[in-house]
Amino acid sequence: MGKRIHVTTTINGEPVEFLCEARQSLLEVLRDVLRLTGTKEGCNNGNCGACTVLLNGLPVDSCLVLAVEAEGATIETVEGIACGGHLHPLQQCFLEGAALQCGICTPGFLVAAKALLDKNPNPSERDIRFELAGNICRCTGYDKIVRAVQDAAQRMAASR
Amino acid sequence: MATINQPRSETAGKQYKVLGTRPIRHDGADKVTGRAIYTNDMQLTGMLHGRILRSPHAHARIKSIDTSAAEALPGVLAVCTGADFPDVKDKIAELGEGAVNLAHLSANVMAHDKVLYKGHAVAAVAAKSPHIAEEALKLIRVEYEVLPHVLWVLDAMKDDAPLLHDNVYTEELGGKQSDKPSNIAKHLHFEQGNVEEGFAQADIVIEREFKTATVHQGYIEPHVSVALWNQDNRLTIWTATQGSFTARQQTAEVLQIPVSNVTVVPCEIGGGFGGKISIYLEPVAAILSRKSGRPVKIVMSRAEVFEGTGPTPATFIRVKLGATRDGKLVAAQAYLAYEAGGFPGGVIGPGCMCVFSCYDIPNAVVDGYDVCVNKPKTQAYRAPGATQAAFACETVIDEIAEKLGIDPIEFRLKNAAKEGTRRVDGPVYPRVGFIETLEAARNSDHYQSELTGPYRGRGVASGFWFNVGLKSAASASVNPDGTVTLVEGSTDIGGTRTTVAMQLAETLGIAAEDVIPRVEDTDGVGYTDVTGGSRVTYATGLAAYHCGLDIIAQMKERAAILWDCEPDQVEFADGTFTGPGQSATFKELARRLLETGGGIVGRASVDGGGATNGFGTHIVDVEVDPETGKVTILRYTAVQDAGKAVHPSYVEGQMQGGAVQGIGWALNEEYYYDADGRMRNASMLDYRMPTAYDLPNIETIIVEVPNPKHPYGVRGVGETPIVPPPAAIANAIYRAVGVRMRELPMQPHKVWKAINSQE
Repeated sequence: MGKRIHVTTTINGEPVEFLCEARQSLLEVLRDVLRLTGTKEGCNNGNCGACTVLLNGLPVDSCLVLAVEAEGATIETVEGIACGGHLHPLQQCFLEGAALQCGICTPGFLVAAKALLDKNPNPSERDIRFELAGNICRCTGYDKIVRAVQDAAQRMAASR
Repeated sequence: MATINQPRSETAGKQYKVLGTRPIRHDGADKVTGRAIYTNDMQLTGMLHGRILRSPHAHARIKSIDTSAAEALPGVLAVCTGADFPDVKDKIAELGEGAVNLAHLSANVMAHDKVLYKGHAVAAVAAKSPHIAEEALKLIRVEYEVLPHVLWVLDAMKDDAPLLHDNVYTEELGGKQSDKPSNIAKHLHFEQGNVEEGFAQADIVIEREFKTATVHQGYIEPHVSVALWNQDNRLTIWTATQGSFTARQQTAEVLQIPVSNVTVVPCEIGGGFGGKISIYLEPVAAILSRKSGRPVKIVMSRAEVFEGTGPTPATFIRVKLGATRDGKLVAAQAYLAYEAGGFPGGVIGPGCMCVFSCYDIPNAVVDGYDVCVNKPKTQAYRAPGATQAAFACETVIDEIAEKLGIDPIEFRLKNAAKEGTRRVDGPVYPRVGFIETLEAARNSDHYQSELTGPYRGRGVASGFWFNVGLKSAASASVNPDGTVTLVEGSTDIGGTRTTVAMQLAETLGIAAEDVIPRVEDTDGVGYTDVTGGSRVTYATGLAAYHCGLDIIAQMKERAAILWDCEPDQVEFADGTFTGPGQSATFKELARRLLETGGGIVGRASVDGGGATNGFGTHIVDVEVDPETGKVTILRYTAVQDAGKAVHPSYVEGQMQGGAVQGIGWALNEEYYYDADGRMRNASMLDYRMPTAYDLPNIETIIVEVPNPKHPYGVRGVGETPIVPPPAAIANAIYRAVGVRMRELPMQPHKVWKAINSQE
């Protein structure tokens, strides 16, 4: 076992420090060290997007990021999307629109969709399909996911 | 999204309060906040991490395994090999949808003396971290004697093919066995009428050959199990399984321990599609736990999922159809050879039963072969065996319709299976909804629209899946506030907590939100078969309905006590109990249970019996790029008979998800093997399942022809939608560029080659 390294980050708005081995991925530390198990492991090689988190506001596959690279970074996970007692419009629209079946890809989709809406509040269907192409869902055929993101965008625009 | 009601039985046309609405799923908040606990989220005190060493060879004899260096690595607490597994005798275990020979299951979980495919498990390690376990695997020395391998079903059927098992003989109809061992484990034969006379009556006969590739279910959650073999010899397993009871049964048999010593806790499951019925990791984690005295978690890597768990088979299929000039099918013949993988027992049975299941054909013969090859043991994948068969049959149907100058939907309508049609394997259909799906497809906006532009074409295909019944148990207790807690054993993969709860709510006249569904472990609920076969909303829903009737009967007795009358003087309708001069709503009466004898628990254990028969028809518009051969889906519509759509959004979701899996099967997905039998694309990037960017929205039309066997007409919907897409797309490609594609997947290079080898 290698020497452990001290890392200081901000996760979901709170300062978080942890110790990790150099070989541990951010995904592994989030799940096994920090017990933030909402971020899911689907392939562990950056192909499926289930482990998507926001690193300094940008969506990344946390399985491809070494935990030590998170030094000084701001990280947002699915656990940080809901605000206080309220679900984020994306979460609400995923539920109302039945945009999840087994739910294992859902955290990754929510985080990736939030990154999309943060930068493009009024995406076209094509924008959504393009931006979410790094997240694989095997249950839904994507139809209801795309519609849920469209609904959430409209809802957020209306409340702005 | 449209729903078409076809009231044809006494249950049809009935107005429901809960069924047909779209409540938010009961586990929804947990699943969008990251709080839902999947197996990989389990953390137990002192838990170790297991890893599995797998064969690098497609076929080899294990001469020796030396684990001493791995055992000596600091942080390693247990190592196991096939030698740690008890000897399991040949015995067939029914697993609900499909059966398994337990000796083969044991040898598949951990190779005993031979490895039969690249990726076959040969040893396992438990260590304090997954990284240490990974390092330990590299220290295990396995000496192999490499044997010749065989990778394609037709090659494996040859007399001189490398033999996988020296104790597998060809089983013929009636149990007769071949004289010598063979890779052909089974020959199935079905027939009706006189096929020779049938073809003699035909004005047109077309015979074609088809090949399909090995494909994977592709669930996003890898297989994962956590086992705790406690010091009292009780074994608890948390696992990603479609059926906790069948996982318990398989694990107990493989470990040769009493089934009651095992508790299987079904966590949330990240997809299965038939691939999470067989066990893989459960007994391995259990043995490592027994040896180490600690709980052990094993998570497969994505490559292990591809190489070590059940894909669904590559196949060779020959279909011959004969029809009269006016478009009536008179004879059909099919030859189906399906790969079983490393061990016998593939999905050839349903392949044979489904190949002509959409049509009323008086004369038919079907021969099927279950064939061992050096690939992973195949497993069910959504309508197992049916998609390959439909690709063949529906493509020939399209060709005949085209040659006769008949619209493909009209041709199917002329020959559609209906009530009274006898399927080639024997069963006679009760009321089914195939004709209605064809009519709905024909009348759809999509089919009525005009498709214009070069290299564009529209294809149609239909599909069938039995939908099984099988066994489900449930109990339900009435809470003082009038809500009801429902305990069931069906793992919820796609919203069945809600669709089952809705049926209990309908029965009791309360809101869907007033039912609190819980999926319990094998000690918390009665025997329940797998979540598979499109059965849960149908059969577990039936159990919930009977729980509701039980509750109503008991509550009538309580009302009688309160109202000083006889129970049979109390009526229940629309959520209200009515007696002589008195009435109370369900909630009002629930409040008074504790003063009339205590709480009420309703219970039911049902056998949903055989098939409920699901039919669907799909329409697809494609555009083919003549320069690259790439096929783009422009528009897609899925039509299906759901019997009764309990939660229409979930029915649409099943239709859309199944259609898209079928699109992936049609256009991209395959196990790509090198000459040494190694899969070269064992990652999601290279295996290339469809992404959001590959697809348009998937339109759905739900047809409702109530199932006469269910009080609310439910048929189940999950599997049928994967069946039509490959044939529908092949038929669309033909209409677009004039080439008939008869091999899956229809990747750009194959389509390009077909276009460029045209006259």
